[in-house]
Amino acid sequence: MLKINDLHAGIEGKKILKGINLEVKPGEVHAIMGPNGSGKSTLASVIAGKEEFEIKKGNIELDGEDIEEMAPEERSHNGIFLSFQYPVEIPGVSVTNFIKTAINESRKAQGLEDMPANEMLKKIREKAELLEIDRKFLSRSLNEGFSGGEKKRNEIFQMAMLEPKLAILDETDSGLDIDALRIVANGVNKLRGSDNAIIVITHYQRLLDYIVPDFVHVLHDGKIVKSGGKELALELEEKGYDWVKQETVA
Amino acid sequence: MAYTEEELKKELETKEYEYGFYTDIESDTLPKGLNEDIVKAISLKKNEPEWMTEWRLEAFRIWQEMEEPEWANVTYEKPDFQAISYYSAPNKKPKYESLDEVDPELLDTFKKLGISLDEQKKLAGVAVDVVMDSVSVATTFKKTLAEKGIIFCSISEAIQEHPDLVKKYIGSVVPQKDNFYAALNSAVFSDGSFCYIPKGVRCPMELSTYFRINQAGTGQFERTLVVADEGSYVSYLEGCTAPMRDENQLHAAVVELIALDDAEIKYSTVQNWFPGNKEGKGGVFNFVTKRGLCENNAKISWTQVETGSAVTWKYPSCVLKGNNSIGEFYSIAVTNNYQQADTGTKMIHLGKNTKSTIISKGISAGKSQNSYRGLVQVNSRAENARNFSQCDSLLMGNECGAHTFPYIETKNKSAQIEHEATTSKIGEDQIFYCNQRGIDTEKAIALIVNGFSKEVLNKLPMEFAVEAQKLLEISLEGSVG
Ligand SMILES: Nc1ncnc2c1ncn2[C@@H]1O[C@H](COP(=O)(O)OP(=O)(O)O)[C@@H](O)[C@H]1O
Ligand SMILES: [Mg+2]
Repeated sequence: MLKINDLHAGIEGKKILKGINLEVKPGEVHAIMGPNGSGKSTLASVIAGKEEFEIKKGNIELDGEDIEEMAPEERSHNGIFLSFQYPVEIPGVSVTNFIKTAINESRKAQGLEDMPANEMLKKIREKAELLEIDRKFLSRSLNEGFSGGEKKRNEIFQMAMLEPKLAILDETDSGLDIDALRIVANGVNKLRGSDNAIIVITHYQRLLDYIVPDFVHVLHDGKIVKSGGKELALELEEKGYDWVKQETVA
Repeated sequence: MAYTEEELKKELETKEYEYGFYTDIESDTLPKGLNEDIVKAISLKKNEPEWMTEWRLEAFRIWQEMEEPEWANVTYEKPDFQAISYYSAPNKKPKYESLDEVDPELLDTFKKLGISLDEQKKLAGVAVDVVMDSVSVATTFKKTLAEKGIIFCSISEAIQEHPDLVKKYIGSVVPQKDNFYAALNSAVFSDGSFCYIPKGVRCPMELSTYFRINQAGTGQFERTLVVADEGSYVSYLEGCTAPMRDENQLHAAVVELIALDDAEIKYSTVQNWFPGNKEGKGGVFNFVTKRGLCENNAKISWTQVETGSAVTWKYPSCVLKGNNSIGEFYSIAVTNNYQQADTGTKMIHLGKNTKSTIISKGISAGKSQNSYRGLVQVNSRAENARNFSQCDSLLMGNECGAHTFPYIETKNKSAQIEHEATTSKIGEDQIFYCNQRGIDTEKAIALIVNGFSKEVLNKLPMEFAVEAQKLLEISLEGSVG
């Protein structure tokens, strides 16, 4: 589904990603771990198409097609979803209005009519219930005055509404207490299927107890320095990132 | 489509004026220039009573002595008042019984504007008095209104049919000598609307008027007079678009509202005149005097969405004369390219326990300048006056400007006045967030702008709010893609 080949990317002359190789197949869950500043969010942004980052070398394929030239909204229409580490506020635009616009814009891109109001309503209700989001929350301005946890839950709510092919979750666990973590993880797991793939970016093993990955990669200084199965996350937790750093130096 | 500040700026600059078309309807036009004879000729053409002619001449003499104001935060080439033709009426000037009789070209114009009378008639509860090139050519829903004793007609007709009302109230809120443009308007106003709601009557529908400027080089001088008698209520909508022209068109309207004891007037405007091309050429000069007078327990709300005009100079105001009266001002002003807007309000607190609210949302793009200028004045007799003002500015790009000039004058210590102001910028992160969710940059800007303007959009009647949202999108979006 997603294939990244020797990807080098940076910003304003600064090199951040220094040769990433990653292949994600349908049905798989990949975890990307690594210390602060190692380039996890940058990788997520580059996949989603943030223009500030410049791709110096390498390429990104989605279903066998190069996507570097694709606008971010087109990538979204093609099934890429990014749950942001720091979701932005849009004052005056309600959660409902925003998601309605997002869904209908995607439908428009596929040549479909707007989703009928009753269908939209039903879907919103269903997904809100799944993520234990109450009705009042949906009428609030997008992310304005939301707690860290509410922002993350709202991201996953949007993911559930959009049902993406490839979901990238950037530190969705930060700011969530243990109950919220379980609810969110449950929402994510509902999306898992043989046609979908998920990339979970996290610092901690904690989330991976709930969203169990097939593969774990450790990112350090813009490179994937170690890959393995889910046990790698446990090992990391135990030994710390210094262990990986030492291993790479050695 | 990727988004950078640079690209956004370009997009905004390539925006074409949607309603840029011109209808060729033969007109009966007076020679250019202004003198006493022209003023008399206008009055004569309209078959006005002598008191009206005299009133106009008095205004003209006052105007001659006045100088154009300089103080607004706008610069423009002053109109040559002798190069303007002050009267233009559609040649075929019939009173239509049905739409079939209406000039098909005119109907076509309405269709382009999206206000075909056909639709309007069906639109529940909206009566439309269309002012096209200064003379009313179509009026609907008159019967329903007449049953309630409501008068809604052109001001020319009101001068003929209801001279006592007009004579009593015209100039009572905006006197001829009020300002340069008000004096000019008083001398030469061609037409406009008149509305009277009798005591205790609640007007059952939104009254609405569409103004258009259509004749090359014709200044448009509308005069609107709305009188809400004791305990009555009316919601009045004014909206307009203009054809694209390459010479500046002057518009100097006067709107007077009178809310007698316990009455309420809601006056909403969506204004979309040609703002000039991307070089700043052409476009309408909009110098408007709008003022409302509140007697005891009366309330006046001004709501406006301003997206058009090359130069806008406009301060809908409330004179809170009666005790416990309320004045409100809700405004969205969008400027793009080289547009300049200097708008705001004046709230004059004279009575006791008077209250005013000001919510102003300014959106600037391109090389435009957007100023809010507001005055809150509390008279010495005005015990317990209260005002709340909030002025928010949204900037797009680095070449536009937003300015806020709040003036507060209080002569009574019991006054409570609050002022809040914010300035924000549409961020690349906001755009990228929307893009990531499948919303392209154009739509994203519309969404963000609508969110920013929501408090004001919510004040508009439903059908108008939809139109206003569309206008915001039109005025800010480029041809992205
Ligand atoms: N917009 C930016 N401008 C300049 N440097 C950036 C920008 N975004 C990220 N970086 C830098 O790139 C490196 C990787 O950042 P990031 O991808 O956010 O790491 P992580 O998500 O793993 O914590 C850091 O050194 C960070 O300072
Ligand atoms: Mg990060």
